[in-house]
Amino acid sequence: MSAGAQPKHRELGLTDHEYDLIVAGLGREPGDVELAMLSLMWSEHCAYKHSKKLLTRLPTEGEHVLVGPGENAGAVDVGDGLAIAFKVESHNHPSAVEPFQGAATGVGGILRDVFAVGARPIAVLDSLRFGEPATSQRSRYLLEHAVAGIGHYGNSIGVPTIGGEIYFEPSYEQNCLINAMAVGLAPHERLTSAAAAGVGNVVVLFGALTGRDGIGGASVLASAELGEGDEAKRPTVQIGDPFTEKKLMECSLELLDRGLLAALQDLGAAGLTSSASEMASKGRVGLDIDVGRVPLREADMEPFEIMVSESQERMLCVVEPGRVPEVLSVCEKWEVPATAIGEVTETHSFRIFNDGELVGELPVPLLVDDCPLYDLEPEPPTVPLYVGGEQQVATDADPATILRALLASPNIASRRVVFEQYDPIVQSRTVRRPEQADAAVLALPVLSAATGVGGAPIPAIAVSIDGNGRRVAVDPRAGAAEVVYECAANLACVGAEPLGLTNCLNFGNPEKPHVAWQLSEAVDGLAQACRDLDVPVVGGNVSLYNESPDGPILPTPVIGMVGKLPDARRAGQIGFANPGDRIALIGEFNPSRDGSEVAKLHGSAPAGALPAKDVSAIRVAHARVREGVRAKDFASAHDIAEGGIAVAVAECCIAGGVGAVIRLPEGLDPFGEDLGTAFIVSGATEALDGLPIIGAVGGHALIITDLLEIPISEVSAVHAGGLSALLS
Amino acid sequence: MRARVLIRPKAGILDPQGQAVERALPALGFSGVSAVHVGRLVELDVDDATQLPSMCERLLANPLVEDYEIIENA
Amino acid sequence: MKFGVIRFPGTCDDVDAQLAAARVGEAELLWHGDRDLKGVDAVVVPGGFSYGDYLRAGAIARFAPVMESVIEFANEGGLVLGICNGFQILCEAGLLPGALLDNESLKFVFRQVQMDVVDRNTPFTRNCPPTLSLPVKHMSGRYYSPEPVQVVLRYAADHNPNGSQDDIAGVVNIAGNVFGLMPHPEHAVDPLTGSEDGLTIFESIRAAVDERVRVA
Repeated sequence: MSAGAQPKHRELGLTDHEYDLIVAGLGREPGDVELAMLSLMWSEHCAYKHSKKLLTRLPTEGEHVLVGPGENAGAVDVGDGLAIAFKVESHNHPSAVEPFQGAATGVGGILRDVFAVGARPIAVLDSLRFGEPATSQRSRYLLEHAVAGIGHYGNSIGVPTIGGEIYFEPSYEQNCLINAMAVGLAPHERLTSAAAAGVGNVVVLFGALTGRDGIGGASVLASAELGEGDEAKRPTVQIGDPFTEKKLMECSLELLDRGLLAALQDLGAAGLTSSASEMASKGRVGLDIDVGRVPLREADMEPFEIMVSESQERMLCVVEPGRVPEVLSVCEKWEVPATAIGEVTETHSFRIFNDGELVGELPVPLLVDDCPLYDLEPEPPTVPLYVGGEQQVATDADPATILRALLASPNIASRRVVFEQYDPIVQSRTVRRPEQADAAVLALPVLSAATGVGGAPIPAIAVSIDGNGRRVAVDPRAGAAEVVYECAANLACVGAEPLGLTNCLNFGNPEKPHVAWQLSEAVDGLAQACRDLDVPVVGGNVSLYNESPDGPILPTPVIGMVGKLPDARRAGQIGFANPGDRIALIGEFNPSRDGSEVAKLHGSAPAGALPAKDVSAIRVAHARVREGVRAKDFASAHDIAEGGIAVAVAECCIAGGVGAVIRLPEGLDPFGEDLGTAFIVSGATEALDGLPIIGAVGGHALIITDLLEIPISEVSAVHAGGLSALLS
Repeated sequence: MRARVLIRPKAGILDPQGQAVERALPALGFSGVSAVHVGRLVELDVDDATQLPSMCERLLANPLVEDYEIIENA
Repeated sequence: MKFGVIRFPGTCDDVDAQLAAARVGEAELLWHGDRDLKGVDAVVVPGGFSYGDYLRAGAIARFAPVMESVIEFANEGGLVLGICNGFQILCEAGLLPGALLDNESLKFVFRQVQMDVVDRNTPFTRNCPPTLSLPVKHMSGRYYSPEPVQVVLRYAADHNPNGSQDDIAGVVNIAGNVFGLMPHPEHAVDPLTGSEDGLTIFESIRAAVDERVRVA
């Protein structure tokens, strides 16, 4: 080794201490193939070294849970023998380097996780965060290409993109967030585990050929902060092919339907290494893999390259020897290359051969379980971590000006220019399309002329994805809890009761005490809110090291929640429907300005405090809205979120194409925020009996008495143009 | 033999990709650019080059809306 | 009366088309590799991304074994409905004039659009109201034809989502038995998930087939 050169293990991201543990665990120095495999399995992205202990604080049990954290995706029972599998995952670092492919392969990866457990993907949702589009060409570029990538993959594979969210903050300029969620449907019997089983069973690799995609890719990128020279990482970007994945998906589901598989696993970060070793670990067995049998796209690939390649659209399955010919024949029908590459063994060892020659041998526990887990050393920050931006609106501006500014702001304006690039209706289940309601709604039964005959209810699921950075920065514990309440509130607006959630925690460098504190507080807040609302966590993902020389990103937990409603025909909607309907405010609403969008427009940094929450009041409010929507008492229901009550009412007018006259309760701040607690509902006078009435639907203007009066045509135009004007 | 087939949109048909590229170049500081058209390239090894025109007519290009140019021994 | 809905690798809206057709008759899926049309009365070439839209949308699917039978079926007067990718495949196969080019915006577009039924004398539109509200969802829907064509559907004013010439949304061949349209009637058959206007196209086909059977 020449002077100044790093030892190999450090180049691969392992600390000296970790290397010593490896040597001790093996009883010798690792060979190259072994070292490459260990460096990936022991990376932050694969091993969750800094977060695993923390995640044990999350409640994971509930009466509807069929599959909890630990499998490719979690699953809940939705009745009638059906299960919904779902999960959210991040693809932040690859997307910052190549947004189209990063976002596309993020969608591809999460879809594979869902059909790997035996569920047919029926929906995709995306949570995206970028720097400010008005001033950053780079952020506009990332947004446009990420959206194009999501559309390309989701549309081509025939899975509807039914929802999502997009937010902009200077904090995400260097570290965009791309979180993709997939939802799948399966009869209970088809839910499958990844645990390899049956000594002597054959391991079959099927899907795309293996090339040099992403070697040292996702995992390495995710274990280090982005700094200088990330252009050089471009060659390791994974390229996705939705056509191949469509065939792979149909093939996998047919293999499962025909009962041909003992286990199924998808290949994601760290490719064959993580996929195979996790299968072996779950099944408490060993595996022999011969890389010489892996069908390659590139000539002369070395064994370690084959083991860590992140070529997309590949799956691994375990098959009884007698059923291998049938498996290969199903794959052939779907034009999916398939090859037997190994077998399940009795040892608890993972042996890698190259055309019969042993090139690596690792104890499975060393790869999967023995990675050291680190305790965080959380310390509250001593200096402000985030600064305010430019003042866009004067603090003494009149309310009409403020409302126009909020409706036009990129965080609140219509996302039509984005969601029109997605197909939300393929598979014929979509009952609520984007912008029609606060959550997407999908019918559960296959719809035919016979469905719902005679008024029989049509069961449906509701899905929403929500995150927050700004408010979580103000108070990570309260802010993270608020995200859960808000997501559940979105479900309540369509009449759905939450069944489970998946989370993606996007944070900075956890080795820094103030980030460790943010993470620890946020997990505690998340856990508490889950207990408050009885919603278990069935799976999730952590993305750390989202940091630039300027500091960490806003701490950003993202929640994907699935709920059920008894009758799709009674799903709620945002828009006011009938002139003459009364408007009511439901919930204990305590808005304040800290962490709000109006404060952002005034140039404030996220600081101060979030409103205290009365959890039992939240539960009562959510239940009241759910009940009123289900009974069709409420013609519309919409939760009050960013922008406060004035924006919420404006959104109801815009969606309904009709005006309203509102008188706010004395002293209520029209633009203050208190997410997850309060709702605007409308309906006939008798239907709203007993509820606090604040106004009525009608006319062609939004009138908030003594505050503002704006024609609906203007309100709609401002809202429609806010984001689209910034994009080409 | 190695052949290259260049496929171009027929003149007179709106080429929005070409137009988009033509608009984008000046924004990057390149001036004096006009008449931009975006097409496709297919490269292939063939045993019998006489089959190339037929391949183009039937599959590689859509003769209704595209012109093609075959370059042999590319 | 039986509909046959073709499935190619990459087809996405086949089951949707099958479900829609099943509301007016029987409907079964026909595998791309199989030349047998199983005695269906009408063929539906559905939407999606057959062969990933590689090379050109529909360029590869048109050569599938099943398409040989579809061409023969059409030449004998059988009713063929091509939806979105299906329309693209029928143009590539020469069963319909013209071609579908990339959307003028160069972006995928999903939108609920209004269109006028300008020819209600076809087997596909005889039961249709004067206007239809149907969703479009495509990357390459800009219809182009250097020759005159029989226009059946035209986007309403300001509703053209892709820049197609003369606002053309759907055309029929000279014989009137092959119809291609970019909008998706199979996604407009249930008030729960959209408008019901699309059902009238499937009902028209059924009525036309029933009439032929009666005449025969």
